[in-house]
Amino acid sequence: MPLRQYFLELKINERIYKMNIGFYPGCSLKGSSKEYNESVLALGKALDIEFEEIKDWNCCGASSAHALSKELSLSLPARVLALAEQQGLKEIVVPCAACYNRLSTTQYELAQNEELREEIAKIIDMSYKGGVKILNVLQLLQRFASDVIESKVVKPFSHQVACYYGCLLVRPHKILQFDQVENPQIMDLLMSKIGATPIDWAFKTECCGGGFSVSRTDIVSKLSGNLLKDAVDRGAKAIIVACPMCHSNLDMRRPEINEYLNANIEVPVLYITQAIGLALGLSPEALGLERHFVPVSLI
Amino acid sequence: MSKIGVFICHCGENISGTVDCEKVATELSKVEGVAYSTDYKYMCSDPGQTLIKEAIKTHHLTGVVVGSCSPRMHEVTFRKACAEAGLNPYMCEIANLREHCSWVHEKGEATTEKAISLVTMLVEKVKKNKPLTSIQVPITKKALVIGGGIAGIQASLDIANCGHQVILIEKDPSIGGHMSQLSETFPTLDCSQCILTPRMVEVAQHPNITLYTYAELEKVEGSIGNFQATIRLKAKSVDPKLCTACGLCSSKCPQKKIPSEFNAGLGTRTAIYVPFPQAVPNKPVIDKEHCNYYQKGKCQVCQKNCPTGAIEFDKPDELITEAVGAIVVTTGFNVLGTDFFPEYGYGKYKDVITGLQFERLASASGPTLGEIRRPSDGQIPKKIVFIACAGSRDPAKGIPYCSKICCMYTAKHAMLYQHKVHEGESYVFYMDIRAGGKNYEEFVRRAIEEDGVNYVRGRVARVYEKNGKLIVKGVDTLLAGAQVEIEADMVVLATAGVSNQGAEQLAQKMHISYDPYKFFAEAHPKLKPVETNTAGIFLAGACQAPKDIPDTVGTASGAAVKVACLFSQAQLIREPLIAVVNRSGPPSFSTCVGCFMCETACPYHAIEREEIKNRNGEVLKVVAKVNPGLCQGCGTCVAFCRSKSIDIQGYSNEEMYAEVMSLFNN
Repeated sequence: MPLRQYFLELKINERIYKMNIGFYPGCSLKGSSKEYNESVLALGKALDIEFEEIKDWNCCGASSAHALSKELSLSLPARVLALAEQQGLKEIVVPCAACYNRLSTTQYELAQNEELREEIAKIIDMSYKGGVKILNVLQLLQRFASDVIESKVVKPFSHQVACYYGCLLVRPHKILQFDQVENPQIMDLLMSKIGATPIDWAFKTECCGGGFSVSRTDIVSKLSGNLLKDAVDRGAKAIIVACPMCHSNLDMRRPEINEYLNANIEVPVLYITQAIGLALGLSPEALGLERHFVPVSLI
Repeated sequence: MSKIGVFICHCGENISGTVDCEKVATELSKVEGVAYSTDYKYMCSDPGQTLIKEAIKTHHLTGVVVGSCSPRMHEVTFRKACAEAGLNPYMCEIANLREHCSWVHEKGEATTEKAISLVTMLVEKVKKNKPLTSIQVPITKKALVIGGGIAGIQASLDIANCGHQVILIEKDPSIGGHMSQLSETFPTLDCSQCILTPRMVEVAQHPNITLYTYAELEKVEGSIGNFQATIRLKAKSVDPKLCTACGLCSSKCPQKKIPSEFNAGLGTRTAIYVPFPQAVPNKPVIDKEHCNYYQKGKCQVCQKNCPTGAIEFDKPDELITEAVGAIVVTTGFNVLGTDFFPEYGYGKYKDVITGLQFERLASASGPTLGEIRRPSDGQIPKKIVFIACAGSRDPAKGIPYCSKICCMYTAKHAMLYQHKVHEGESYVFYMDIRAGGKNYEEFVRRAIEEDGVNYVRGRVARVYEKNGKLIVKGVDTLLAGAQVEIEADMVVLATAGVSNQGAEQLAQKMHISYDPYKFFAEAHPKLKPVETNTAGIFLAGACQAPKDIPDTVGTASGAAVKVACLFSQAQLIREPLIAVVNRSGPPSFSTCVGCFMCETACPYHAIEREEIKNRNGEVLKVVAKVNPGLCQGCGTCVAFCRSKSIDIQGYSNEEMYAEVMSLFNN
C-alpha cells in the first residue's frame, strides 16, 4: 500500500474511532454548570472530537443516593452504563467529577461482586456487562489534545494559574487509578501547553465543601476560602477546575467566602475546557464565560 | 525370603488404652514373611530396645517394623538400636499407632483393625526396602561473607575466631555499612562509630579474614561444603600497595560537587575519594561515573599529583574464583522510598529530609559536625516535625509491613534534637509506637517525659511551604480527629526500610528464595531463622527484613555458629533419602531418556547431566544424575519423570506401591 494512502486510511479510521465516544452530561451540565457543557462541546468541535450522547440517560445519584441506599446508588449509574452498552459505545466521557466518580465506583463494585451485579441487573431490568471505559475530561484532553494543542494555540493563556483537582477526580485511587492521588499533574501539564504557568500550591486536592453548597454554606465558605486564599497568596490569576461542584462553590459562593475571609478576592474560576477554548481562539460566548458570577477579566 | 520382626508398643496406656496390642501382635505373626512378632509396654525403654536387638540376632531378622508413636519421636532411636544389632538402619520402619490411631479413635474392634492394617502396610514396605548408607560429602572449610555492614563484620569475626578462613566481600569502597552512618544508637545513646570502627579495624587485621572491598559476587556454583564463588574485584584505579593514603589526590580532584553517599546526599565528595575518614581500608578509589578522565578522556590531575605513582587508570576489573564451604549473605537494606508520599515534598523542599539524613546532621562526623542545621540555609531549626511510618504499614500507598526500626530511631532523633537545641520544639506524628525490645519502651517514655518531645497520634496529610515555613497539616486522632497545623522549620521522614538494590538478582544468582518485597527468605521463620532453603547458604541482618543492630548482630552470630557447626565436621554426613536415577548395564545404561524435565522441576538445582562414554571416550548417552550434596529428597523430579527413571531412596515407587496394595490384599 502506498504510504500516502495508508495515512489517509489511518485518518479515516481515527475519525470513525473518535465518533464512537459516548457523552454523559449528567444533571449539573444541564443546569447550574451549563457553561461547562457548552465549553466541552465547543472544544470537542474545535478538536474534531465528536460526541454521541447516551440516549435516555438518568441522574447518577450524585451525592445523595449513596447516603441513602446502596442499591439505589449502584442502580442509577448502572443504568447509564447499561444504556451506553446498548448503544454500542466502547468509551464514554463524563465531564462532571461527581458523575465520573459515581460511575467508576459502580463499575468497580459490580466487577468485584458477581452476585451484586446480577441483583442490580435485575433492578434496572437490563443486561449489564461492565466493559465501557469511563473517561473524565482531563483524560479525554490528554488523549486527544495533548499532542495537537500547542500547534492550535492562537491566544496563549499566559497567566499564572492554580490547577485545582478537588476530591472526586482523583479519589479513591484504588478505583479510579488516575494520576498521582495526592499530587496530580495532568491538569498542570495541559495548562502549561497553552502557555499558562501552573503554580505550586498546597490545596490541589483539598475539599471545597462539595455538596454542602446549599445546606451548610458556612463550611463551604471556610474550606473554599482557605484554598482560594492560598492560591491568590501564591500569585494565581485564575483557578482552573474540572468539576461543577468545585466551580459553583468557588464562583457562586464568592460573597460568602469573601465575608468569611474578610477580604475581596476577585480571582476568576474557569473550567479547563474554557481556558483551553480561549487559547484556541473560541469566543467567550461559545464557552459560556458570561454565565460566571465572578467576572472573567482575563480575556 | 524376608524375615521381618514386628514389635508393638503399648506406650504405657497411650496405645493399649484403645488398641488391643496383643491381638495386633498375634495377627501380625500370621502375615507372610513375619518371623517374629511381640508386644511390650515401653518399646523405647532400654529393655524394649534390648528386646528388639536380641530378636534380630536370635531370629536373623532382615527387617523390623515397630508399631509405636510417631516416627518424628523415635525413628532415630529404633533405627540406632537396629544398627547396633547389625541390621541396616534403613531396614527399620515405624508404624504410627499413637498419633494416627489410638489417640484419635475410640476403643473398639475397628481401632484394632486399623492398627493391624497400619503395621501390615509397613511390613509389606520393609520387604521391598533396600539397605542404604548415609552420604558423605567433603567440606571446604572456608566461608564467604557477602556484605561488609555490621552483620557481615560480626559473622566474619565470629567465624574467623573459630579458626576458619573467611572471605568478606563488600561492594562499596569501605566496610561499615549503614551503621557507620549513624550518629548515636538506641536505647543507650552510645556513639555508633565508637563501637563499630574498632571492629572494622579488627576485620582488616584478622589473620583469618581476607577482605575484598569494591567487590561483588559474580556467580556461585557447587553445593554445600563445596561452592565455587566467582568474585568481581572492581577496578579501584588506585594501587593500594603503593598508596600511602596521603589524601593529596582528593584535595586536587576538580570534581568536587558529587553528592556524598556516606552523608546521604547532604555533603559532597570528589571523584577520587575515601568515603569517610574512618574508612577501612583507608585508601581511595576513583568513581568512574564522575571522573573527568573516564568521562571526557582528560584531566589525570590525581595521577600528576600522586607522590608514589599509585594511580593506575584503565585497569580492567578482575575476576577471581574462590572455593568455599559455606556462604553468609549479609547484604543489608536500604532506607529510600520517598516517592511513596509526593505530598510530603521530599525533593521539592530542601528541609524535608529522611531519617538517614538526620543521622548525618546529628553525627559528629557529618556535614555540620553534629550541629543540627537545616540544609536550606544552615539555620538551627526551632521546630522540627518527625513523621513516622512515611511509607511503612500503608498497603494503599507504600508497603504493608512495619519497618521496625523507625519508632525507635525517631524517638532517638527527637531526643538528640532536644539535647542539642534546648529551646527547640519537636513533634512526632505516629500511628502506634512499637517499642518492643530490651529498654526500648523506657527509651521512648524518656523522650516524651524527660525531653518533652510532643507525640501526636495521627497521620500527616500534606507538607507545604508558606512564608519560609513548612506547614505540616495533619490530624490528632486522640483529640477526636482535630486537624493540626504545625509551622515547622524542618521535617524528617521515617521512610520505609526496603530491600537493597540488586537483592533480587543476587538471590537468583545464589538460588535462594525471597519474599514479594525482595527480602531474602529464611528456611523457617521461627526455627531456622538464619538458614535458607539452599543448604550451606545462611542469612543475617537486614537483608531478611528491617532489623535493628541487636537483632542484626544476633542473627550474624547465629549464622556464624551454623557455619562453624558445618566446619566442625570432618565430612558432611547426610541421610540417604534422596533421589537417584536408575542405572543398568549396556546397551541402555539407564531408562532415563535425557529429557531433563527433572532439571526444570528441581527447586534445589540438584540435577546434573552425566555423559556415559565408551572406552574410546565417545559419548553414548546423556542421562540425569542427582547431586547427593544438593538433593533434599522432595520428590518433585520423581513426579515429573516421564520414564519413571528416578526414585527417592527409602520411598521408592515399588516400596510405596507394596505399602498401599497391602490394604487391598487383606
